[in-house]
Amino acid sequence: MSEDLVFHFDVDGENFTSAGQASVQVKKNLRQLGLSPEIIRRVSIAMYEGEINMVIHAGGGVADVRVNENYIEIVLEDHGPGIKNVEMAMQEGYSTAPDDVRSLGFGAGMGLPNMKRYTDSMKIDTVVGEGTTITMRVNLV
Amino acid sequence: MKITTIQELLDAKVLCCEESLGKHVYSACGSDMMSDVLAYVKDQAVLLTGLVNPQVVRTAEMMDMICIVFVRSKMPSPQMIELARENGIVMMTTERRMYDACGILYTNGLIGKKVVHV
Ligand SMILES: Nc1ncnc2c1ncn2[C@@H]1O[C@H](COP(=O)(O)OP(=O)(O)OP(=O)(O)O)[C@@H](O)[C@H]1O
Ligand SMILES: [Mg+2]
Repeated sequence: MSEDLVFHFDVDGENFTSAGQASVQVKKNLRQLGLSPEIIRRVSIAMYEGEINMVIHAGGGVADVRVNENYIEIVLEDHGPGIKNVEMAMQEGYSTAPDDVRSLGFGAGMGLPNMKRYTDSMKIDTVVGEGTTITMRVNLV
Repeated sequence: MKITTIQELLDAKVLCCEESLGKHVYSACGSDMMSDVLAYVKDQAVLLTGLVNPQVVRTAEMMDMICIVFVRSKMPSPQMIELARENGIVMMTTERRMYDACGILYTNGLIGKKVVHV
């Protein structure tokens, strides 16, 4: 790869049924690039958790994935409510998800910690009332 | 254990991807919380769940799982079955409850895995 590959997705915040479609597509794209299954799994799980968060907590947003020789970068941007206390949100088990989200199989408070665990770096930029941008990288070298 | 053995032990009805019943799997996990599955599972090939929505299929796909078993006679929608078929995931449904289904598979040699974080 000489030039960076970039994938862009709009994540629909109205539709839980379609949540995760962008991550499924990214997984397919990365497979075609012949990356290792372990790398692909880490990237797709981290992105999937982030994508679900955008749908259940922030009303949707946009996802951009950049692939080059050195790393895969996932940027998830939303204009939702923002995260009041990032330190608390990063703790396993912390969740503000309502019961209806829990009955869909989410809201265990594991998403953000998972995202951190599966990536090499993760940055959360968030402003209450304005939105959240999460940038994650998985290194290839 | 072959996937076909899982089907026999649980007396389950196969909903798609019959052609993959001969594949071997070495461990499984049972959960209704998808982000728990995403957190703790590594190389488990089978997901037993009582949750029915498309995120179950996408979670399995993200984890490279190849078989989903719905417990308590849960029936996925045609769209979910189609999604599983597209991704080559065997889907089946059993009358057994979660605890029983997991116990049957476990005592027959399909043991889970120690929790390993990446
Ligand atoms: N994009 C976001 N916008 C606003 N709040 C968010 C966003 N992402 C996460 N949060 C907040 O951080 C909390 C923790 O997120 P995390 O993903 O760890 O857990 P969860 O989504 O509640 O449950 P799970 O991920 O296990 O399904 C959420 O409950 C929510 O309050
Ligand atoms: Mg989450």
